[in-house]
Order: sequence, then C-alpha cells, then structure tokens
Amino acid sequence: MLNLDDIQKTLMAEVADITDVPAGAYNFRVNSQLAGRSTTDNINIVTKEGMPGIDIFIKPGTKNESVHIPVVVSESGIKEKVYNDFFIGDNCDVVIVAGCGIDNCGAHDSQHDGIHRFYVGKNSRIKYVEKHYGSGSGEGKRILNPVTEVYMEEGSVMEMEMEQIKGVDSTDRMTIAELKANSKLLVKERLMTHGNQTAVSGYKVSLNGSGANADVVSRSVARDDSSQTFNACISGNAPCSGHTECDSIIMDNGKILAIPSLEANDVDAMLVHEAAIGKIAGDQLIKLMTLGLTEAEAEEQIINGFLG
Amino acid sequence: MLELKNISFTVDDNGVKKQIIRDLSLKIENGRFVVITGPNGSGKSTLARIIMGIERPTSGKIFFDGSDITDLSITERARLGISFAFQQPVRFKGIKVHDLLRLASGKELSVAQACKYLSEVGLCARDYVNREINSSLSGGELKRIEIATLLARGTKLSVFDEPEAGIDLWSFQNLIRIFENMRRDIKDSSIVIISHQERILRIADQIVLISDGEIKKTGTSDEVLPELIGTTAAVNACDKLM
Repeated sequence: MLNLDDIQKTLMAEVADITDVPAGAYNFRVNSQLAGRSTTDNINIVTKEGMPGIDIFIKPGTKNESVHIPVVVSESGIKEKVYNDFFIGDNCDVVIVAGCGIDNCGAHDSQHDGIHRFYVGKNSRIKYVEKHYGSGSGEGKRILNPVTEVYMEEGSVMEMEMEQIKGVDSTDRMTIAELKANSKLLVKERLMTHGNQTAVSGYKVSLNGSGANADVVSRSVARDDSSQTFNACISGNAPCSGHTECDSIIMDNGKILAIPSLEANDVDAMLVHEAAIGKIAGDQLIKLMTLGLTEAEAEEQIINGFLG
Repeated sequence: MLELKNISFTVDDNGVKKQIIRDLSLKIENGRFVVITGPNGSGKSTLARIIMGIERPTSGKIFFDGSDITDLSITERARLGISFAFQQPVRFKGIKVHDLLRLASGKELSVAQACKYLSEVGLCARDYVNREINSSLSGGELKRIEIATLLARGTKLSVFDEPEAGIDLWSFQNLIRIFENMRRDIKDSSIVIISHQERILRIADQIVLISDGEIKKTGTSDEVLPELIGTTAAVNACDKLM
C-alpha cells in the first residue's frame, strides 16, 4: 500500500474498497497532493495544465481493465475543486471507480468538489462506481459537491452506481447526460442522510438519438433532522425511452422533496416517472419482530435491504 | 403449552366501546394441530394477534410453557418460541427471500438450507431464493414464502392467520398438502391455524369455534365439524372462490 496513515487507509477502503494497490491504472489524491499513480498500455493518466485535475485517456478497444481515482481529505480546512476528464475510445469495456472520503476532526470546513466529464466512445461499455463517505468528530463540515457530465456516442452503455451513506454534511450533486442513438444510461443512486445533513441531487438527461434509453433510479433514506431534494428531469428529443424513479424512506424529522420531471419533444418519446416517499411500514417492523428481531434491528434490516 | 386465561379485548370505535374478545379461556397442548374457526368478524384474527403480542388484551393473562407472557413484547415472545404467519404477507423492497429465511432461522443460512424450506412449500428454490419480496411476487407465492419463514424458525408454537386468504385454488391444494406434512411432523410443537376452510378443519386435532368473541364449542374434528358444514365457519375452497 502507498504511504498512508490509518485514517487515510480507512477512507480508501470505504470509498473505493481499496486495501492494497489496485491492479490496473490508478491515481490517488490525498490532501490535494498526488499520492500515487499507475498507467497501463491502454490507459494513460495525465495531470492537467493550469488547473487542478487529471485527464484519463482510454485507448479504443480497451477491455476488462479498470481505473481507480479515489480522493481522500483528512486535513481540516481543505477546500478544492478538481476537474477530471475521461476520454474513452470506441469499443471499450472498462470499470471506473471514483469516490471521495473526508475525515474532519478540526473546526474548519473541508470541501471537495469533483467535476467529472466522461466522453464515451461508440459501442463502449463503462461501469462507473462512486462512493462518498465522511467521518471525524470535528465541528468543521464535510462538504462534497460533485458534478458529473456524460456525453455518450452511439451504441454506448454507461452504468453508474453512486452511493453516499454516511457522514457527509452537505452535498449538492448534479449529473448531466447527453445520449446519442442507441446509447443507454443506467443510474443507481443510494443516499442516506442523518443529523442535520442536507443533500441535493439533480439529473438532467437528454435523450437525443433514436433508440436512446435512460433509467435513473434513486433510493434514499432521510433520518434525524436531515433534508434531501431529488430533482430528475429526462428530456426525450427523439424516439427513445426513459424512466426515472425516486423511492424514499423518511424517518424522525427528516424532510424530502422529490421533483421528477419529464419533457417530451418527440411524439415517439416514451417517458415514465415514479416517486414515492413514506415511512417504514408498521407491518414490516412487526413482521421482522415476529422473527425475533428488536425494533431497532428490524429498522436496520429494512434500511439495509432498501439501500442494498 | 399455550394458555389463555379470561382474555378480553375492547376497541374504541368512534367513541363507542366495542368488545372483540369476551372473557375467553383456552388451552393449547403440545403436539396439537388446532384450528380456530368462526364467522367473519368473530374475533379469530384478533385472538391470533393477541397470542403473538401484536395486540394487547384489555384484560386476562397469557401463559406459554407455564410462564406469564402477557406483558412481553413481540420480540420477546418470538425469542421464546412463538411464530406468526400474516394473513397478508408483508412486502419488502430490497430484502430477498434468502435474507428473510436467514433472519427467520436466526443464523447464517446456506443456499442449500434455504432451498430446503422453499422446496417444502412447493417453490422451485433456484427461481426464488434471490428474488426480492416485493410486488413482483403473487399473493400465492408470498403466502408460501411466509410459511417457509415459519418452517425456518421451527418454533414450539406456530400461529397462521387465515393462510388460505387471497390465494387461488391451485395454490390452495398445495397449501393443504403443506399443512398435512406439518401435521405429520408436529412432534412436541403445536400449530394454531385461523381458518374456515373445511379441508383444514378436517385435519385438526382440535377445532375451536368462536363467535362474537366467545368460544361456542371446542372438540375434535369429528365432534365439531358436522355441525359446521354448510355454515360460514366451514366452507369448501370452491364455494369461497365462487
């Protein structure tokens, strides 16, 4: 493993499941500094000139390779905005693991805003996994405001798993996607807020080519005094199909605003949205209690399953 | 052994006190397959829920294996060895059949073990073990999974609240077969089924007829069933489905 302290190692494990140097290409960013980089014959990583961030170039035809670009912030008071651009050639099949962990034991706010842009080549298939995690007992806030832009060429597939389960005080996330013909975007978002946290998640998906398809599914839990806003808009500008779903559990004094919206600009655009917010059903708790679980254990099982 | 002593249960119905169970006493011995029947609204399901602790009696005492469990929670009763199958099985987004069976068994459960319980209720385990317990499952499938959770628990007392409700005739035939098997393998445990299905009543060791919150009659199947035939307390599956 690279030269990381225990807190940094924990954060790496939480956000990217990394306990050792990963196989394939990687770029580790720790407290705004490059902490390790590896490239392969097919995947090159280059530091940007004149602005913080990296460019990742993936050669056409690259298959069964992975790129890990985790970010760790463990010093209180760091505020950074980082631009990472992915240039993915045609006919690739690659897994990209990002993610950011912040540990803040100090009094100052720590903030990482990652701006990720993906240019996905024709017929390429990308799996993108992004986890956000916060820890530390300081008064300083842990803030993450990611922006993700996805530009998809014909026949490409992008599968995105985005998860923020614990410890991030404030997040304002925006995901923008533009899809050409026969491309497909699958988004699975998992979000849990607690304490006084706030989270905003917005999506603007434009289905611009014939046969484009998007499925944006968010499951979230708002507990304690936290609040969430989910705002997903799918525009159908060609014969296409789109589905967005926001399913939320609300607990304690949590607040959730769900604003799914659809915009059809083509008579053959088939768009569907679903949104549901509710507390844990009493019958669900009772059923698990009849299996011998306490009410707290039952609640935990229901939430774990829901967010799983 | 389960013993209900002078159980009463009253609800407030828009300011009017309504008595659902009236001073009811009942003993359920170990090794018995007991069916509680009676017309709709007679208090059968309420009684089942009182046994599990989902409802609390207004007065009276409940003893399980000699211990007073009247004030125990659902969880405590479950841990002592009482199981309950819901009339309307509960759906869970994200929880899989395997997860529920694991929680029911109270230990790590291999796929092979989970499959054993599913096979017993007539489900092809391979098709179901990784299914979510959500609205993609039919009423009959949910009912069988509900019964499989009770098999996985294997407790001393199993209470089934109208297991036949909401299932089709084909599933019903299988359900009867499952209960016949449970009847055969009962050993020291006991089974209480709330039902007014004639075919379930026929395999009972003891039938308890409840009406208006009171026990009207109790005895063996031969003693009680003849006078129930043709009433709403003992209908056959086809009549109910018509």
